[in-house]
Amino acid sequence: MAQHVVTANRLGDGGVVYLSTAGGWTEWLSEADIVDSDADEARLLAIAERAVAARLVVAPYAIPVERQGASLKALSQRERIRAKGPTIHPQFCKPEAGGTGLESSACMSTTNTTAHW
Amino acid sequence: MYVYDEYDRTLVAERVAQFRGQVARRLSGELSEDEFRPLRLMNGLYMQLHAYMLRVAIPYGTLSSVQMRQLAMIARKYDKGYGHFTTRQNIQYNWPKLDAVPDILADLAKVEMHAHQTSGNCIRNVTADQYAGAAADEIEDARITSEVIRQWSTFHPEFSFLPRKFKIAVTGSPHDRAAIKVHDIGLRTIRNDHGEVGYEVVVGGGLGRTPIVGLTIREFLPKRHLLSYLEAILRVYNQEGRRDNLFKARIKILVQSMGGTAFTEKVEAEWRAIRKDAVDFSSEDFARIAAQFAPPRYVTSTAHSAEFEAARLADKDFEAWCRTNLAPHKQPGYAIVNISLKPIGGVPGDATAEDMELFAKIAELWSFSAIRVTHSQNLVLPYVRLSDVHAVWQALRGAGLAAPNIDLITDIISCPGLDYCNLANARSIPVAQRISERFASLDRQYDIGELKIKISGCINACGHHHVGHIGLLGVDKKGEEFYQITLGGSADENASLGTLVGPAFSYDRVVDAVETLVETYVTKRQPGEIFLDTYRRLGVAPFKEALYGSHPA
Ligand code: SF4
Repeated sequence: MAQHVVTANRLGDGGVVYLSTAGGWTEWLSEADIVDSDADEARLLAIAERAVAARLVVAPYAIPVERQGASLKALSQRERIRAKGPTIHPQFCKPEAGGTGLESSACMSTTNTTAHW
Repeated sequence: MYVYDEYDRTLVAERVAQFRGQVARRLSGELSEDEFRPLRLMNGLYMQLHAYMLRVAIPYGTLSSVQMRQLAMIARKYDKGYGHFTTRQNIQYNWPKLDAVPDILADLAKVEMHAHQTSGNCIRNVTADQYAGAAADEIEDARITSEVIRQWSTFHPEFSFLPRKFKIAVTGSPHDRAAIKVHDIGLRTIRNDHGEVGYEVVVGGGLGRTPIVGLTIREFLPKRHLLSYLEAILRVYNQEGRRDNLFKARIKILVQSMGGTAFTEKVEAEWRAIRKDAVDFSSEDFARIAAQFAPPRYVTSTAHSAEFEAARLADKDFEAWCRTNLAPHKQPGYAIVNISLKPIGGVPGDATAEDMELFAKIAELWSFSAIRVTHSQNLVLPYVRLSDVHAVWQALRGAGLAAPNIDLITDIISCPGLDYCNLANARSIPVAQRISERFASLDRQYDIGELKIKISGCINACGHHHVGHIGLLGVDKKGEEFYQITLGGSADENASLGTLVGPAFSYDRVVDAVETLVETYVTKRQPGEIFLDTYRRLGVAPFKEALYGSHPA
């Protein structure tokens, strides 16, 4: 089976998260726990369902990924965009994985960079 | 504009309190996501790719300066400093946190706004001609009819669980600015031979998976019978519409499967049966509502303003903007001003909190505090004195908001697409941005003339691609973004659906393909023809050949 990770949206703010190797949830795809067997995927999904019951996340599912050197790439464009944030607002994107977290990052500047006329 | 009465206020306040309780119960675990989802959707709250999204209703696209300021405040306080105006004349916030949503709804309620009927299988917010109350060619203010329908349909018990969502659009002029032929019901205000005002009733139009141009089931419906007739249509739909198949549940499928004549007969029979007992609004009711939309206190002026003419002569840029962004007003000495939310390379329909505050201020100073949202994701100042138009332009231009491109190739409609939307196949916004940049030259835009490009990120067609002169539809090919191109669509009184031109183009090639189509038109057009005319005269063949050669793949 191809490599997979488990993703969901946080209940509180809908933010994109992945089940991490440490067993919790992370915002960074690169920190996600990668599995390559049906049994392991089922194990992760079972953990995720417990997080649903614990009101941490909603609607978890597994997505195929591919390791590329040090980074991890989601195979579908949809999941690549979920991993990074909207492609049209550089100021709202997630910084590269392992960043200091959304709130403190330059990515969250609210200044509008839309090119006005 | 329409002011809430006590009933509206109580209702909205109750709904906010109810939703606060529901959110608390969701967060405490009393409600599961499955139980909570329908409740949040009833309050306009969706889960998108990266966050929740709150869709706020702007009934018939009408906003006051006070409301616009509140929208700006909400964008700043609860979101990331901007909002997105949609093709349904709504505004969407892309980043609200769940526990803040009840507060947002409470803040909206303070300015008589809400997020009801933006979701679910009910009669959705009525959309109207954005020039209502101001257009020179208007027979009657479409907001009056829209408000009559709103009052009748809000939480109407019989019609809150329809087979599927239901959208009504109203245009107050013979010229259709509300795309009424692609709505479940479209009403076109007309005058009959006796001078009586009424509606042409169009039913069963729609976009999405099965795009259909609606059918006129009544050439003339006197105004006083509006509600009983709508009731008859909805009754027939409620009884006969399919509830077993989501994709076949819209009224357009019912009209198609019954056949236009049979459907019309059924509605007419139902109408005859209920007419006596139905709740039709009396002319006094209409008058009461019309009073809410009384014209502003215009300053009496001549049709001509020397000041305005002099400014046009003196300033080339101002003149250019006037040519595209003004529309004729019914009041002598006034103009309708369009504010383009499509700066070159910008996100169609996005406005920052600062932009919104500026619009509020400009409207307050020069447009009787009135603002409209258009289904093309632009804004309108409906009541600007000609002698103030130059000042309005200067204020907009100072903030980079005076794009002179209404109805030109860079005035692109685009849905949120795969940058935000959970249902998307492909991105829409960056495609719009790249097309806009490609055609940035104003001389080139003027030379091309009116050309409506509309982009949807999936078959749900929020970007109205079927009725674009050039329509782009995002499709997914093995996880990559591709775009199908349709040509020859139109949403006005001569509505037509676009024809698929051939195989889809990749994200990287689609902008070149659009340019090829435009160049083909430029080469083949006859004097005075816009893109749509040339397409209608020549058909798809020359465009197809230009894109794919004589042997399309
Ligand atoms: S057309 Fe599709 S992708 Fe675009 S906003 Fe609508 S549902 Fe989302």
